[in-house]
Formats: sequence, C-alpha cells, structure tokens
Amino acid sequence: MSPGYVELFYLVATALFIFSLHWMNDPKTARRGVAAGAAAMFLGVAATWAQPFVVNHGWMVLAVVLGIAVGYPLSRVALTAAPQRTALSHAFGGLAAALVGTGKYYLWLSEGPEELTTFRMVAIIAEVILGCITFTGSLFAAGKLQELRWIPQRPVTYPLQNVLNIALLLAAVGIGTWLALNPATPEAAYLFPTVIVIALMFGILLIVPIGGADMPTVIAILNSYAGLAAVAMGFVLENNLLITAGALDGASGLILSIIMCKAMNRSYLNVLFGAFGSAGQTATRQEGEQGEYKADTPQSAALIMEQASNVVIIPGYGMAVAQAQHRVRELYDHLKKRGVTVRFAIHPVAGRMPGHMNVLLAEADVPYGDLVEMDDVNRDMPQCDVALVIGANDVVNPAAALDDSSPIYGMPIIEARKARTVFAIKRSMNPGFAGIENALYSDDKTWMLFGDAKHVVGEIVKELSGDAGTG
Amino acid sequence: MKRRRYLPPRVIMVLSAAVGMLGLALVARSDPVTVAEAPGHAAGETDYWPMVFVFLLSTFIGLGVIRRVSRLLHTPLMSLTNAISAIAVVGAILIAGPDYPPEIRLLGGIALFASVTNIVSGFLITDRMLKMFKRDRSE
Repeated sequence: MSPGYVELFYLVATALFIFSLHWMNDPKTARRGVAAGAAAMFLGVAATWAQPFVVNHGWMVLAVVLGIAVGYPLSRVALTAAPQRTALSHAFGGLAAALVGTGKYYLWLSEGPEELTTFRMVAIIAEVILGCITFTGSLFAAGKLQELRWIPQRPVTYPLQNVLNIALLLAAVGIGTWLALNPATPEAAYLFPTVIVIALMFGILLIVPIGGADMPTVIAILNSYAGLAAVAMGFVLENNLLITAGALDGASGLILSIIMCKAMNRSYLNVLFGAFGSAGQTATRQEGEQGEYKADTPQSAALIMEQASNVVIIPGYGMAVAQAQHRVRELYDHLKKRGVTVRFAIHPVAGRMPGHMNVLLAEADVPYGDLVEMDDVNRDMPQCDVALVIGANDVVNPAAALDDSSPIYGMPIIEARKARTVFAIKRSMNPGFAGIENALYSDDKTWMLFGDAKHVVGEIVKELSGDAGTG
Repeated sequence: MKRRRYLPPRVIMVLSAAVGMLGLALVARSDPVTVAEAPGHAAGETDYWPMVFVFLLSTFIGLGVIRRVSRLLHTPLMSLTNAISAIAVVGAILIAGPDYPPEIRLLGGIALFASVTNIVSGFLITDRMLKMFKRDRSE
C-alpha cells in the first residue's frame, strides 16, 4: 500500500476514534462508539500491516493469535473485577510502549548514531519512562486490587518517601536528558538500561503508598500515562495516528483524574507526585474513640423501608466485595412494587474505579434513570425517609463537612445524615479503609445492620417478599 | 444531565505551557541535519512541528469530547480508551514487521501481543458493559 493511502486510512481512523468517544456521551449511542473504535483500530492495523516492508507475517500472526487468546478471557471477567482488568490492560499498554521505544533506540543505534536526533531521543526517553512507570505501576495496582497475598494491601509509608520518589524521577529524567544530548556515547550502553530500571522502580514506589480508596484516582492517572506513552511513540515513529489516539486517551485520563481529585478534595499536583499516603498517617490517632451506636435487624429495616415513600440507596465498595448488586436490585424491585421511590446515590469515587458502581448496578439490571449523582441527590436528602448505606463509608462521613481536623475534611459527600432515618450495612464496627471514624454511625437516627452486604440485603428482601405473599 | 466544567483554567494553562516549553526546548536544540530514514517514513529531516500541533489540537479535541461523556459511563469510557490507546499496535507492527535483527523483532512481537490483548479485551468488555445499561426495563 502506498504511503498516501496509509495516511488516508489513518485520517479516517482518527475521525472514527473521535466519533467513538463522542458517542459515549449518551448510553443510547455508546455501543455505536465501540463499533466506531473497533473499525478505526482495524483500519489502522490493516493500513500498517499492508505496507510492503512488513514481511514477518508468520511471527506477527503468532503474536496476534496469542494476544487474542489472552485478551478474550480477560473480556469475560466478572464486572466486580473490572478495576483489576483495567489496571492490567494499562500495564500491557505501558509495556508495549516501553518495548517499542527500546527497540527503536537500539535499532537506530546500530544503524548509525546520526539517526538519533535530539528530538527523537527526547521522544524515546519520554516513551520509555512513561511506558515503564505505567507498566510496573499498573501491574502493582492490579495486584493490589486483586488482593494478591504478597502485595501489601494497606498503604505502606516510610520517612522521606516523597523525597525518594521525586529524586528517583529526577534521576531518570536527568539521565534521559543527558542521553538525549549525547545519544551515542559509550556510556549509553549502561545508561539507557539504567533509565529503564529507575522508571520500573518508580512505578512500583508510586503505588506502594496507595490505599484502596485512592485507587480510582490512580487508575485514571495511569490511564493518562498510557495515552501519553502512545503519544511519545507517535513522535518517535513520526506517526500521526499514534499521536491523535494517544492524545485522546491522555485527555480522557486527565479529565477522569481531575473529576476524581475534585470528588476527594485533593489537588492534582498532590496526586501527580504520589503523595497519597498522607491521609493514612493522620487517621490512626482517632482509634479507640468509637462513639455509641445502635444495631438493628434486617426485619425491622424492611418494615421501615416499606412504609417509606422515598428511599435512597448509597452503595460503596462493600457492595462490590460482597457481590451484593443482584440482591440490591431485588430490594429495589420489591420497594418499587410497593410504590416507594427508590434511587441510587452514586459518589464519583465510590468503588475502586471511576463509574464502578454504575456498571455493577447496570449489570444487576437497575435502569440507569434511577442512578443519580451526588449533587442532585443531596438537594433532596432532607425529604428522604430512608438512606440505606451499603458498604460505603468515607463518602457519607459527616466529618468531611464538619470536622476540619479530619483527613477527609472538605471532601464532598453524600449527605445521608440529612435523611430522616439511616440504615448502614457494615461488616463490623472497624473503621473503614482510611481508618477514619464515622460519626454518622453514632447518630441518633442511624441504625447499624451488621453482616455481609449480600446476606443482610437478602434478609431484607426475604422479609419484604414474605409480606407480599401473605398480604 | 447537567453539564459541568471539569477542567480548571489553570490546568489548561499548565498543560499548554508544558507543551509549549517542550516545543521551545526542542527548537533550541534542533539539528538541521538531513537524516536517512528507516523504511516507512518520509525521507528528509524530522519536521516535528506538525506533530506537536497535531498533539496539541487532538488533546483539546479529546478534552472537549470527553468532558461531555456521561458520568454513568466512566468505567466503559476507561475500557474504551484503553482499547483506543492500544493503537500502540501500529508501533509494534512497525518494529516487529520489517526485516530487522531478531532481538528487535522479538521486542516488537511482545509489544504486538500486549497491544492485541488490549484491543480484544478492551473493545469486547466495553461492549459487554454497555449492553447492560438500560433506561428502563422495556428496552
């Protein structure tokens, strides 16, 4: 295929990618977006592969077949595992970028150092650093999300953590800059691998201090890095399709991380430089100051909810862990049948990735018209009879609004405390992941329902359906 | 659904400044050498300015388009952009395909495997998730 046609295919692919993302603005057109994206990808691959100098067909078909063999099962995972899968796929993206950059560097080095212009070296170094950080960082994040035993779940912090991290990053960038200015020096033989090793280490150290509650932000940032790595690859290979598609991905990661940052009241820079552990350190001091709380049974919760006219359900990561979304949908159905208005209040950072709760509830067949955003539901909260908190903690913690010494002070929350009655399903009275006490639980109008979310909601549903049988 | 402005102006400023500085730094160091090109690339010196413009403009298009994406769909959006960033497959083919030394082709082959994995799993799982979103039960 002649170069002109290749560029034409790339141009069409770029347009399709933009439409693909544009159609994601509405659930009705979103599936069309997937089709457009897949078509664009096909055009890009076909145009590249059909060029005359691409000759190793057998080798590439093998890689493609293996890729399909691994990729297909990854697309069938349970949706509670969607965050892990996403992190893993960022890791693959980072790996691809790092390998292509490394390959191109050694290729040019062997063909003749005059190929390694400053521009190309800058792009290669950027690609390799971003790719390596994304690779190990995402792998580690995926491991944490999957709760692998040999990866510490709790945030690991140590003195001078940020200083060390930033020093490492500066070292990688410094060596990289020096290499860019002197691409063919004999020292490059070990300096280039050094950059790779430092970037790989930095990726791990970036994730070590991160707790589960910060995962949505981190995944969004890694998404953005994976896109930027593709952009850098585009600069290296002088390929506009890589630049445009990578920039779209980078922009998406950027916007998602900004939304996540705002939803947690963290600054973007705070997140960028990996200062994630700070919330965990200050939180421990409150241990042992647990307030009084009242426990209740699923039966009386069922009784109160069926007499309510307006119920708001606030799901959190606990619902995902317990795989309780289908039981929750049954509860929703039973209440709806009784004419109760039921809505789901979704906090932007509920769960372990952006939009996690929406997908789980959609999987359980809850119509998305009843999933409402934090700001919209907060306005109606005083008119709400029952707020049912399922495995959410920090996102309903009044300390975020009232206690300026709390680590989460200033974080926008779903104001469950303004509802007339609050039920909170929780496994035990242990403080949540961030270790912050939640005054909502000791509030006068709050009743605790202890137990696994799936079990407790199942009990409530059983009570409601029993009533329906007799009445 | 109400549309909000997600992007504080200072972030846009930082972003543009970073891109601009990258460009300036490169101009300051640009080597006006004509380099022999690897196969598949236009011959001639690296004219990087158009690429920097393409990057800048597509970033702004991306920000504009993605700001309008419904919050409901953030998880599918992320898996879709995952699949889209697997466009790295193009780079992998350009490294794995030509008649390069075997170790380079090996790197390219692994990169190709990783990208294809992302393409397949990314598009399929996005579609699987989107099928589940229904406005009401009758759909």
